[in-house]
Amino acid sequence: MSVAPKNNSSSDDSKALTTSALTKDLISTAIITLLVLIPIVAMKTVIGQGIISIVYRFGMAFALTGIVVGTRLFLHLFVWHKAPSAGSKSTLTSGLKSVSFSETITKYIAPGLLIFALLFPVFTFFHPIWDKRVMDLAVYILIYIMLGWGLNVVVGLAGLLDLGYVAFYAVGAYAYALLSTVYFPQWFGTGILPWAFYITLPVAGLLAATWGVVLGFPVLRLRGDYLAIVTLAFGEMIRLVLVNWFSFTNGPQGISVPKITFFGLPFKDAPGSFSDFFGIQFNRIHFYIFLYYVILTLALITYFVTKRLRRLPIGRAWEALREDEIACRSLGINTTTTKLTAFAIGAMFGGFAGSFFAARQGFVSPESFVYIESALILAIVVLGGLGSQIGIVFSAIAIMGSFELFREMDFMKVVLPSGTEPIQFRMLAVGLAMVLMMRFRPRGFVTKREPTVFLKEKKSVSGDLVAEGHG
Amino acid sequence: MMNWTKDPELQVQHLTMRFGGLTAIGDLSFDAGRKQITALIGPNGAGKTTVFNCITGFYKPTEGMIKLRHPDGKEFLLERMDDFIITQKAKVARTFQNIRLFSGMTLLENLMVAQHNTLMRASGFTIGGIFGSGHFKRAENEAIEKCKYWLNKVNLTERADDAAGDLPYGAQRRLEIARAMCTNPRLLCLDEPAAGLNPRESDELNKLLLSIRDDHNMAILLIEHDMSVVMGISDHIVVLDYGRKIADGTPNEIKNDPAVIRAYLGVEEDENEVAVGSVKVADLVNEGLAVHANVPTRTVPKVSASPKKPVATKTVVKKPAAKKGGRK
Amino acid sequence: MEYFLQQLINGLTLGSIYGLIAIGYTMVYGIIGMINFAHGDVFMVGSMVSFIVLLALGVTGGSGAFMIIFALALVVVIAMLIASVYNWTIERVAYRPLRGSFRLAPLISAIGMSIVLQEFVRIAQEGRPKPMQPLITGGYELMHRTLAEGGDFTVKISNMQIMIIVSTLVLMTVFTMLIQRTALGRAQRACEQDTKMASLLGINVDRTISITFILGACLAAFAGLMFLLYYNVTDFFIGFLAGIKAFTAAVLGGIGSIPGAMLGGLVIGMIEVMWSAYFSVEYKDVAAFTVLVMVLIFMPQGLLGKPEVEKI
Repeated sequence: MSVAPKNNSSSDDSKALTTSALTKDLISTAIITLLVLIPIVAMKTVIGQGIISIVYRFGMAFALTGIVVGTRLFLHLFVWHKAPSAGSKSTLTSGLKSVSFSETITKYIAPGLLIFALLFPVFTFFHPIWDKRVMDLAVYILIYIMLGWGLNVVVGLAGLLDLGYVAFYAVGAYAYALLSTVYFPQWFGTGILPWAFYITLPVAGLLAATWGVVLGFPVLRLRGDYLAIVTLAFGEMIRLVLVNWFSFTNGPQGISVPKITFFGLPFKDAPGSFSDFFGIQFNRIHFYIFLYYVILTLALITYFVTKRLRRLPIGRAWEALREDEIACRSLGINTTTTKLTAFAIGAMFGGFAGSFFAARQGFVSPESFVYIESALILAIVVLGGLGSQIGIVFSAIAIMGSFELFREMDFMKVVLPSGTEPIQFRMLAVGLAMVLMMRFRPRGFVTKREPTVFLKEKKSVSGDLVAEGHG
Repeated sequence: MMNWTKDPELQVQHLTMRFGGLTAIGDLSFDAGRKQITALIGPNGAGKTTVFNCITGFYKPTEGMIKLRHPDGKEFLLERMDDFIITQKAKVARTFQNIRLFSGMTLLENLMVAQHNTLMRASGFTIGGIFGSGHFKRAENEAIEKCKYWLNKVNLTERADDAAGDLPYGAQRRLEIARAMCTNPRLLCLDEPAAGLNPRESDELNKLLLSIRDDHNMAILLIEHDMSVVMGISDHIVVLDYGRKIADGTPNEIKNDPAVIRAYLGVEEDENEVAVGSVKVADLVNEGLAVHANVPTRTVPKVSASPKKPVATKTVVKKPAAKKGGRK
Repeated sequence: MEYFLQQLINGLTLGSIYGLIAIGYTMVYGIIGMINFAHGDVFMVGSMVSFIVLLALGVTGGSGAFMIIFALALVVVIAMLIASVYNWTIERVAYRPLRGSFRLAPLISAIGMSIVLQEFVRIAQEGRPKPMQPLITGGYELMHRTLAEGGDFTVKISNMQIMIIVSTLVLMTVFTMLIQRTALGRAQRACEQDTKMASLLGINVDRTISITFILGACLAAFAGLMFLLYYNVTDFFIGFLAGIKAFTAAVLGGIGSIPGAMLGGLVIGMIEVMWSAYFSVEYKDVAAFTVLVMVLIFMPQGLLGKPEVEKI
């Protein structure tokens, strides 16, 4: 909130700056910032030994207000009142340059990223950061890239704002957990267990897709805000059921599940394991590298299937649906099935990712599937640029990577009040990023839309023309 | 020239549409002939677009029957069908009063979307397409050929790979017609295709519509305010006012119909009608049908693309109640 | 029967709180056609501020009646002021610059804002729930059923419940008068009908929207205080669930309709309480969500709203 008032009143920004107006503006900024900060920040309630007391932190509140007012003064003096012609001119030319520049570079971005991703574990092999933490982070980022790509089908292509995407992630995870711990041993005996992940994966995807259709069906007629809130409600309902249906899901305690194996060979320091079979030294890193390649494969499947679907009539219908639903119906497109397929395909990828998540974690509990996860995935898609697959890669790396950075930023502790860790600020930063992104770059990092078919020459469509869906 | 009743493509019978207490269309019946351009005209708010929405299934009529007959004898009762099924099976395509293009997609993509159902079948409902079946490749190439044909027809080949939203207004109207034609319709419903076009563009539009009628054997149903278009190309005109049909006939018959002129100009019968009428006069001046004592006569000749002389204003105003046989 | 009566009283109380929050949703939706996703969190801020101020004033249940009333009056004013500042700032920063942007933009911005508010309060005030000694105690026995009559049960209405229901009624009346009788209310209704036309007629649309946000925040802050006094606990996360339920109430009543929001609030409160009483406490939120889904699907215009005809 501390940055809040500095973006005030875009309409007065162009007005000429007089000293009295500036003073007035700064004083009102200061008052508002103080009102925002005083009770919440300056009067911290502390619970200790059965007594609640207040710790007064007026100094901090005034310091923050000073920062906000100072920033606003800076913006007034050096940014907002600069002659607009010069500013817009420079952005225009740089815009033009960046178009041609980006068009040449986009050709190489995707293959470059792919090669990098394929070789990533090898890099770590030669480098001292050969470290399971780095691999684990890479796996973590890839899960979110995959989730982002899955949600992108629903939000970015079909234009349906889904705030309950985590539900399908949960369905996939629990499908794996329940099948591998309860049903497979019952049906096929425990011998199947090492293979559980590979058998469950398609089942989990199908189950999630079915849920996508089941939850998608009632919301077909809804748009925009209504659709968002209903999908949010569905997501929460599924989580609440997972929490409360104790006999089936083991409630909040969660379920321990077998971890992923190398096609039947477990990763452990024992006979019959992966290292034993290949006659190499046991190392935990093998597990992480294998996880990495599994999730990379899954993510690439998501990528290429989606890319392919975009060029098929179904994908084009999704995009047309995002642009104008009524026009779609007037062209004989069954918007019901079109929407449902979008929900189903998106959910299926979510289910795959969920299944993988469970197999990586070795444990599932409802706690992993809260609303904030959905919001996070949505943030990744939005920041990446709705509909852009490459953009999602960058935003997932940026967001997930910055989470890790927040964890590392010990030096920040000097600035922060005692008892707060930088890591606590990560969701605050995500929320702020969503707001600021909508304000300054609403189309995300990648704003261009690639046409799916062309006669003579492939020209990207400017983001300003692309509708983001009414729902 | 009464052949629209003999073998009509579209029969609208006793169509009534009510919104709450408001009757937007009351007991409307008319036919649209095969290979004919049927124009639906009337003052603003007469219910023309509502008729379109009923025919294309966007509204479910309160009462009445809308029957479509293909030349091969297949019959469809449109009031019972969903909007997208009407386009799919009954082969009715439409455009919209406020253009509804997929503005972020290229022209070519817009036309490809229109062939969705054909392509969907060819792609084996996506499954074949995902594995790149040759059958789908061929179907896609055919679809692109068709897009090329229609882009050429509406003079937009040069801009095939541009975003539809980048097109100027007149071109967007043409593209919308091309897109509707890509669905292989039998009946094409155009909602004010000439709105906002300059005279040259509306001339081109006339040629395009005539070619669609003659070269593609299509029935066209047209809502239009631009009388140069209506009188120039329609075979049959149906006039609506307050949701009711007040006249139905050939352009010549309509031009002489006192009920039509009364509806457009307003007569001092009751206050309400006068008010509506006086608003309309201004529009009519622009549209060329205005025939009013206060309006200079030079606006009149625009009406008569046909040799018939314009209607004498005075007689009409004096005999407001006279009803002619033109009303059925 | 007695049991049912008791639940009715409880439902009425809870419903009043939901109704007050719902008005904020409904007014904002009416005027700018978007869900203020952060509204539930403004309610939370109101509740948190009330908690802090009450603690700073040092009033407890043991303080004299006069002291308590004085303190509460002060808390209401401060909580409303702070919540208004929050909601005003949110509108200025996150929504106003996005007017005219694509339709999902303000919604995404609102989701971001909701996260920001929750995290801001969590970091500044710690995540743990804040418990409080009951401030207003006592109540009345309305009915008593003896063991012989089929189980010992007393129907009670607490002073707190009376206060919530009565003050909600008063606030609603004042509020309705404000909307119906004053120039401000007229401006507000005009903007609801047609923002562009209203601005052509000389109504300051920006200011009207700001005031709408402030009014909504005042009601939400009051609801936040009532929530705190009723449950004697608050935390940074109460805005999420209460927000969804209040939104459900707004939709159920017919979005855009202020009496509808109140009615919807009461219905949702009743459903939640009855569900907990007769079926299962665990699934009470599921029940509320189910109502939301059902209403949106089968009755999107709500109880008192106008049906929307799709314009083609």
